[in-house]
Amino acid sequence: MSGLSISRRGLLAGASAVGATAALSACGAKTGSDTTSTGAQADTSGDTVKVGLLNSLSGTMAISEVTVHNALLLAVKEINAAGGVLGKKLKPVSQDGASDWPTFAEKAEALITDDKVIATFGCWTSASRKAVKPVFERYKSLLFYPVQYEGLEQSPYIFYIGATTNQQIVPALDYLKKQGLTRLYLVGSDYVFPRTANKIIKAYAEAQGMKVVGEDYAPLGSTEFSTIVNKVKDAGADAVFNTLNGDSNVAFFKEYKSAGLTAKSLPVLSVSIAEEEVKSIGTQYLEGQLTAWNYYETTPGAANEKFVKAYQAAYGADKPTSDPMEAAYISVHLWKEMVEKAGSFEAAKVKKAADGIELDAPEGKVTVDGATQHVYKTARIGKVGSDGLITEVWNSGKPIQPDPYLKGYDWAAGLS
Amino acid sequence: MTVILNQSFTGISIGAVLLLIALGLTLTFGQMGVINMAHGEFIMAGAYTTYVLQKSISSAGASLLVALPLAFLVAGAMGALLELLLIRRLYTRPLDTLLVTWGVSLMLQQLARDVFGAPNVQARAPDLLTGNISVGGGMTFANSRLFILGLALLCVLGLTLILRLTPLGRRIRAVVQNRDLAEVSGIATERVDRTTFFIGSGLAGVAGVALTLVGPIGPTMGTNYIVDAFLVVVVGGIGQLKGSVITAFALGVLQSVLEYSTTVSVAKVVVLVAIVAFLQWRPQGLYTLRTRSLA
Repeated sequence: MSGLSISRRGLLAGASAVGATAALSACGAKTGSDTTSTGAQADTSGDTVKVGLLNSLSGTMAISEVTVHNALLLAVKEINAAGGVLGKKLKPVSQDGASDWPTFAEKAEALITDDKVIATFGCWTSASRKAVKPVFERYKSLLFYPVQYEGLEQSPYIFYIGATTNQQIVPALDYLKKQGLTRLYLVGSDYVFPRTANKIIKAYAEAQGMKVVGEDYAPLGSTEFSTIVNKVKDAGADAVFNTLNGDSNVAFFKEYKSAGLTAKSLPVLSVSIAEEEVKSIGTQYLEGQLTAWNYYETTPGAANEKFVKAYQAAYGADKPTSDPMEAAYISVHLWKEMVEKAGSFEAAKVKKAADGIELDAPEGKVTVDGATQHVYKTARIGKVGSDGLITEVWNSGKPIQPDPYLKGYDWAAGLS
Repeated sequence: MTVILNQSFTGISIGAVLLLIALGLTLTFGQMGVINMAHGEFIMAGAYTTYVLQKSISSAGASLLVALPLAFLVAGAMGALLELLLIRRLYTRPLDTLLVTWGVSLMLQQLARDVFGAPNVQARAPDLLTGNISVGGGMTFANSRLFILGLALLCVLGLTLILRLTPLGRRIRAVVQNRDLAEVSGIATERVDRTTFFIGSGLAGVAGVALTLVGPIGPTMGTNYIVDAFLVVVVGGIGQLKGSVITAFALGVLQSVLEYSTTVSVAKVVVLVAIVAFLQWRPQGLYTLRTRSLA
């Protein structure tokens, strides 16, 4: 049944495209030659093409995803101001995933089949990505995913612009080990990313002579952390590895401070707290704590200065920029480079053109790895300052090759 | 030993939060029998009141003190309005009340989203409440938790005094025990209903202020607490304040002790199973209200 309706939609798209092309040719314009062969039902006949933006604009994840949405819009605006892509202006179509995974899948399908977008940018949680993955694969349409994640995935129709584990979690563990912090307590939200990340951390710890002294998960959105904090306190850990997501971080760090724990007595390294979250949790609770990302607002370089200035001009001078926002921002620019190299909007051709695309990004130089559809990124450990900004205390020196399945690490052999 | 004492205190502090969020419900659900799904949104209203106040009063301590009575009034007024517009037309249709108030709850959440924005916000805690008191032997009590505990006990005391000693309290109890008889005795039951609902909703607002000390303020914060609040009232026994008090602390201690020895999820499951088993044994809850009404 659904097959029938898809082909009917395809037919309609084709028909309207042909109609539009005919009309344009009549006016003497020569365009839309590759329309009918384009992957899904994307419509490239006019002088604008639609791009889909799929973020949670409401619900528990909105705290983070709205900023990503803003960054995507900024990139689209910049590209349009510079003349668009292949001579066509981009028209962003926003859909609200509403922090609800089935809604993400539904909206992804609507973007591809109803709005006929040429590519989609968005998703934050791994749960939402897993929900839309089959949709993009079915329609052979491209998704650009801007957030660090747990690795162990490689969809042919997703470009992973955020860090995979060997560009964030593994360097973070290396850093802790170098600091002599070898007894870890793992605290995370109860869903796929923290569970998988902690599996990797435990494998690493076992191989590297570190010790995991405790492991606790709280439901997403949980605000009761007094017992977990008591357990952390009693476990004799050197550091806490925090994979909590969203608002739970607020309750966790308030409780942490109330219990008399500080960044000096027992540091917490977080992988899901960026500048925006620092601001909303409250700097006094986070000062001195560690984070692991690939980009900070304070990262030096002309590209970042330009990005921060443009973002704050558009959304307010007090608005911080963060790693997922930066990844979202560069994902649109990387896509533009790929399309222009391919000379086509067609998904298969864009994929083929992706390998080796370079960008002087705010986070430093990034390069697309065509084989994994991930990006070479520099890992950066940062410390939260009293002004709420994060300053880098260590970086990997050069961009790290993405290795989503951790094939280059012996200790990770048992993971999959 | 330290662990046991620390966990007991944690349990009591969890119980205090449970008690605060359930206290309003013991009135509106317990005494009046209204299943108000929007109770959680009154908690949210109280929390946002604190947030808004902090914009105009810079001292976190002063704003917290002003927020307590103001949140009571704001949430109470919302409750009274809800009672006036919708609930009083549905007193004989409890299931419809559930659906209608759930709809109201969704609308209030969206309203909060439109007014304050979708991302959660924070209220600053006074410095006095962010620290902790060390009582020796490695034991610490968080000040914010002590404050919530004190606030919960104060609310229970105040509510008990109102119900026991004031003419209003007598009228509320009379209407609960036998509405018809109260009505023929000259009590304006409709007005009593509205006042009861005002106080119950207002207490939710007070709970909202307290919750800003432990977690974020957001449009969906009420839904996180509403189920726990109903559990406390149901297990405690409909219409009985002391049942809710005992239940809140018992559930808090049970949850924290189990959580310490197992994990959060396991503790939650065990607590829920224990509640189901308890209700099988005592479907009426811990305490029951004996009335002479025929209904």
